[in-house]
Amino acid sequence: MDIGPGEICGVIGESGSGKSLTALSVMQLLPEGATCSGSIALSDIEILQADEQTLCNIRGRAVGMVFQEPMTALNPVQTIGQQVAETIRIHQRVSRSDAMVQAAKTLRKCELPQERFPLSRYPHELSGGQRQRVVIAMAIALQPKLLIADEPTTALDVTTQAEILRLLQRLVAEDGMGLMLITHDLAVVTDIADHIIIMNNGKVVERGQAKALYSNMNHPYTKSLFKASTHQPERLGQVEDTVLLSVQNVVRDYPMARKSLIKKPAPFRALNDVSFNIYKGECLGLVGESGCGKSTLTRAIMGLDDIQGGVISLNGKDVFADETAREKMQVVFQDPYGSFNPRHKVGRLVSEPFFRLGRSATNDEIVESLVSVGLEAEDRNKYIHEFSGGQRQRIAIARALIIKPELIILDEAVSALDVSIRAQILDLLAKLSTERGLTYLFITHDLTVVKAISDRVLVMRDGRIIEHGDTKTVFHSPHHDYTKKLIASAPQIQPVEGINI
Amino acid sequence: MMSETRSSRTALKSRNLFIGVALTSIFALAALLSLIWTPYDVTQLDISSKLKSPSWEHLFGTDHFGRDTFSMVMVGAQTSISVAFIAVGIGMGLGVPLGLSAAAYRGGLLDEFIMRGNDLIFAFPSLLIAIMITAVFGPSAVNAIIAIGIFNIPVFARLSRGAALPLWTRDFILSARVAGKGSARISVEHILPNITNLLVVQGTIQFSLGILAEAGLSYVGLGVQPPIPSWGRMLAESQTLISIAPHLALFPGFAILLTVLGLNLAGDGLRDLLDPRIRRTRR
Repeated sequence: MDIGPGEICGVIGESGSGKSLTALSVMQLLPEGATCSGSIALSDIEILQADEQTLCNIRGRAVGMVFQEPMTALNPVQTIGQQVAETIRIHQRVSRSDAMVQAAKTLRKCELPQERFPLSRYPHELSGGQRQRVVIAMAIALQPKLLIADEPTTALDVTTQAEILRLLQRLVAEDGMGLMLITHDLAVVTDIADHIIIMNNGKVVERGQAKALYSNMNHPYTKSLFKASTHQPERLGQVEDTVLLSVQNVVRDYPMARKSLIKKPAPFRALNDVSFNIYKGECLGLVGESGCGKSTLTRAIMGLDDIQGGVISLNGKDVFADETAREKMQVVFQDPYGSFNPRHKVGRLVSEPFFRLGRSATNDEIVESLVSVGLEAEDRNKYIHEFSGGQRQRIAIARALIIKPELIILDEAVSALDVSIRAQILDLLAKLSTERGLTYLFITHDLTVVKAISDRVLVMRDGRIIEHGDTKTVFHSPHHDYTKKLIASAPQIQPVEGINI
Repeated sequence: MMSETRSSRTALKSRNLFIGVALTSIFALAALLSLIWTPYDVTQLDISSKLKSPSWEHLFGTDHFGRDTFSMVMVGAQTSISVAFIAVGIGMGLGVPLGLSAAAYRGGLLDEFIMRGNDLIFAFPSLLIAIMITAVFGPSAVNAIIAIGIFNIPVFARLSRGAALPLWTRDFILSARVAGKGSARISVEHILPNITNLLVVQGTIQFSLGILAEAGLSYVGLGVQPPIPSWGRMLAESQTLISIAPHLALFPGFAILLTVLGLNLAGDGLRDLLDPRIRRTRR
């Protein structure tokens, strides 16, 4: 691939396609055991022939890199000023105070002016988007020729993502940098890239100018990627009139840490008078950005955390007063890697919910749940690390299905999956809902997914439900300003006429 | 040239483990063997053969009572290893449940109580307290084991609490809570299997410290009592004779050195293999 100055190159690929390794090889920061052949030329420097000294000179000065997780990319015990200044001082012989001045200028360029964000702030005092701006500041402090951004917005909310992408675009225009933007999100790339490269299994399968590519897709993988990104699963289930889950006036407070010895601080209200109903057979989407209270709500509905006000009942039974109500609810979590004990076999993992019923699962029940999600009976004897991310989510769904619940809460269940796998899992969920009359509460921050799968949608912000209604109606004509902003920030893939997929 | 450095480093790591395990095994085997056979009976005094230098008859020579040093080193291995092993067992057996409980009810009174109790024990210099305990309750193998064991408890409590805390935030624990499992059950079923790697590594290191502690205690006469041989006591007894019979100090001294070295190498090697927190990337 080639990237010219001032150009934005989007590198799209799913996990395992090799896109991150490509980026790391430009910086020669490959993991142990990896070797490189071919040629990587940065201006007139041939990177694969360069010695460590030259490489150290290049890193940070000629090439900058921005990673996916802003929290782990920043040192939690150093101030943001120190971290940006460090990059400068490594490459230039400047005094500490001069470096700080330059750091302040760079941070201002990244929309973190000193008046609101003094250099003495620590990373934990900033939000996710603000931290990512600090990381970007560190990467561009010395005005590198090339900036590599490896999934820079994947961990961020939709509105923050839009801001960061605009920032990157602006920096490229101002400084004439080349930008290699690596992502799995087609929509993000369509908006800002000049040209696009699509990778699969370590090879470049298609390349072209951004807009032109969508009307002229050649490779079958590109077409399948595009199709999966805009996939809508078929929903044939019937929505009934009976209320399955009723959430009324729920209030949840968290006690705050004491700042002074005498005054007890006011508690933080995570859920503020939340009320809604879920009807049998429907899929209710819950949209909100981080910190809005979605996870708190999930835990409250599951009866895991006490609530300070209100009533939550499933089939008329209060979830806190009557523990048997919880037998009809299950959860599927977001992280396919962290939601299973790595030491247990799949059979044991999948049958854990039976503890609530006071008995162990029979072999037939385990096999039946595995088969219903598209896996094999023998898989119950394997360990979880033998499965891919998509397969693990299937196992998570199998675990959720095994005691035949009526309501399944999916907490960002497809957010960590590749686009094509996501489409498969959504299809699976739709099928199961039809076959078994399941009701879903689908929590996500991804508007595309919500549109694809939910019948009605709730929009949550700061512990309140600010909008609700039919999915089509809410997306077509939103009432609340925040909803409008959310919809406007979400990057769209423009469906182009006349594609034969 | 890059690949040479890389592969030599990995070879070094596994060589450490190999040497460590080899050394430790030699002494462990010697200890086991001594249960059924030693070249000479260590309780048999033979004054006529006293202070002989190393020879084919007496591989490590004899001491001032005519006892064969080689046999004494073998039985000493038995003493050191069993004392250290049981002491570490006490430390783990009591320390790990305490640490897991502290993590399960983190932030609460139990957590505070356990951790401050740990701090209390850590505040005292271990060997001095071990000496005090054995001096007060009488010198014996059992008291030495108890004294050393007490100092292992906070080590394992702190380690297991530290390793358990980040696991509690993981989704699979939430899943277990959804299934209705309580903290105690979760600690045993889910947390414990995931911290065994760290416990094994720490156990190896505590084992080596236990051997040193036992040697220290028997050096001052507070550990295993005569006629059972112990490396520490052999060192003490050989002190006055060092100019005429240096082999009496050399062999038990080397035994202690090599066993502790072996265990430390093995512990380091195991850590490189087992500890999930160490990142295995280039440079």
